[in-house]
Amino acid sequence: MEVKTIRDLAQLQTDMGLKFVAGHRMCAGCGISSILRTVLSASKKPVVVVNATGCLEVVSTIYPFTAWNTPWLHVTFVNAASSASGVETAYRALKKKGIVKEDVNIVAFGGDGGTYDIGIQALSGALERGHNFLYVCYDNEGYMNTGHQRSGATPFGASSTTQPAGKISIGKKEWRKDLVKIVAGHNIPYVAQANVYNIMDLFKKATKAFDTEGPKFLNVLMPCTTNWVFPENLTMKISRLATETNFWPLFEIERGVLTVNVKPKDRKPIEEFLKLQGRFKHLFSPENKHVIEVMQKKINEDFENLLKLEKVTHEEGVRI
Amino acid sequence: MNKISIKSKRVPLTGAEAVAEAMRQVRPDVVAAYPITPQTPIVEIFSKFAADGLVDTEVVTPESEHSAISIVTAASAAGARAMSASASQGLALMVEVLPATSGLRLPVVMAIANRALSAPINIHCDHSDMMAVRDLGWIEIFSENAQEAYENMFLAVKLSEHPDVLLPSMVGLDGFIISHGVEVVEIYDDEIMYNFVGSRKPQLSLFDFENPITIGPLQLTDYYFETKRQEQEAMKNALKIYLEVGKELSKITGKDYPYFEKYYLDDAEVAIVVMSSTAGTTKDVVDELRKEGKKVGLLKPKLFRPFPYDEIKEALKHTKAIGVLDRAYSFGANAPLYTDIRNALYDLPQRIPIQSYVFGLGGRDIFKHQIKDVFVELLSGKISKEEKCIGLRE
Repeated sequence: MEVKTIRDLAQLQTDMGLKFVAGHRMCAGCGISSILRTVLSASKKPVVVVNATGCLEVVSTIYPFTAWNTPWLHVTFVNAASSASGVETAYRALKKKGIVKEDVNIVAFGGDGGTYDIGIQALSGALERGHNFLYVCYDNEGYMNTGHQRSGATPFGASSTTQPAGKISIGKKEWRKDLVKIVAGHNIPYVAQANVYNIMDLFKKATKAFDTEGPKFLNVLMPCTTNWVFPENLTMKISRLATETNFWPLFEIERGVLTVNVKPKDRKPIEEFLKLQGRFKHLFSPENKHVIEVMQKKINEDFENLLKLEKVTHEEGVRI
Repeated sequence: MNKISIKSKRVPLTGAEAVAEAMRQVRPDVVAAYPITPQTPIVEIFSKFAADGLVDTEVVTPESEHSAISIVTAASAAGARAMSASASQGLALMVEVLPATSGLRLPVVMAIANRALSAPINIHCDHSDMMAVRDLGWIEIFSENAQEAYENMFLAVKLSEHPDVLLPSMVGLDGFIISHGVEVVEIYDDEIMYNFVGSRKPQLSLFDFENPITIGPLQLTDYYFETKRQEQEAMKNALKIYLEVGKELSKITGKDYPYFEKYYLDDAEVAIVVMSSTAGTTKDVVDELRKEGKKVGLLKPKLFRPFPYDEIKEALKHTKAIGVLDRAYSFGANAPLYTDIRNALYDLPQRIPIQSYVFGLGGRDIFKHQIKDVFVELLSGKISKEEKCIGLRE
């Protein structure tokens, strides 16, 4: 069936049966199951899932229970991408010998800790080797499974337990890594940034990814109610504000051509995103006013840059 | 030797070439290995086999040993026969994943060209790499020469994949000394050797969508202990199955595959216990001293994990003094092989004097006269609690 609306998507998921089922122990308000169900339902083939250590692995497989209704493998924290490489290689070997007959998709899920930081070498190697798999980073901007320690994805100005705000600290002093550009630097056919509030955009991107041969990468923002510190009912609102403020633009890079998928008409000031979250509370004290100004300036510059990249890749034949 | 198979050829090969031959004959589905001296020729030769179409293995060239072991672990979980090879720092980089491979009960097999650990950086032979990982649930087999390394690879694959075992294995061969030294190696017929191991028959597969399985879940205080206990039971089973698999291999090679080799041990008054290539040198010394009428002997452990305590105790119980030669330290404790041998002897009613020697670290040569000195020392009854060094400048 063609999926044009969220209702179509719900119908598709109902018809195909869930690969990730109820009973897991995710925090109320967590966006991970929305991401999983959307991504997994975009696969027209059976799916093997590989998982890095992290929130998702911990809450979905507390033995003797499992929320996975599709084959699933976890080895360690570091190696979601290399383990997915191993599964994909085994698949090619066994398919060639006729031992495995079905066509399958292989997808790896890792948090930002397992992807931006400790797993980035394994990810880089897997992308360079060209394994045919999709890697999905569910990015909640810190080591949330273990109580909010700083990661390479933690945004400038956020307070975390290992880089807390204090009398002489604004929290994180550094800008986050631009992981999507790092991944794009591997010249893989499809890289995209998505956000959990925009399920249809995520579904389209996952569909494109699964329909593309070779390594594919999705970076999906996933607000963390527990450690960003906001009420459970605000997950989607905060997720939406991340894109409406250009804090988290939605874009995709298809064979080096960049497209910005959402261009907010009236870009909202970053304060609207920040003020709902406990991790940025300290930025609203008078002495930290300049921090928000610096952040806004950087967000504006980054988005302008993204629009320029869209223009030159679409109109001038430049490739990322 | 009672030679049965006529389908073999004798060819001059390095240990690395012999191991690569074994891997070719085993026909793994997936090989992933990162080059590291002195293991590098194994992965190079095997890659050439694949490039020339001599094997239909999918060869992956990962960016690190951490990814190499992750790839073969995951491939094994997916149902493939998966192999790797490494040494020293490479094995050390794999350490994070090694207990996951064994904990997930995946029969991965790796050849290890034993090499010293940094620092100081050193590329030559000792056993500090495999000794450092001896408690991580991998079967460990040490090889005296290229022939043994070749045959141990088949033993390891069949033992690891046995349904009562399902544990990964490492086959050690002394870096450079065996990996690069050329010997005449008897290579058996391709079909016979492949049929010996057969194809892997995994009980579970990641590609069974009718029966989807969750591999590697979280086990907390309520289940983890039982799972690890099962792993310990599997190690006990491995001790038994090792001999069964060895008997099957005997039908092809005509050789025996005991836990350890006894060389003039049964009537020996004093014995040296030493593994790998140095055991070969020790045999020469035993021959010379026997000609002089001295009752000396050798016990050469082959299977190091699981460790055959009872059998070693029985084999050594008649001796009057034992010297254990370790090619690794256990810093702050007794040397690893010495510790296990001493443990094995604890149940004897008598207390046999046992002397610990450390030798050959970082590839330091050991000579026949030094091994002879050890026998002389043992015969003279000069046994101390001190950990002695052979060939060290004090």
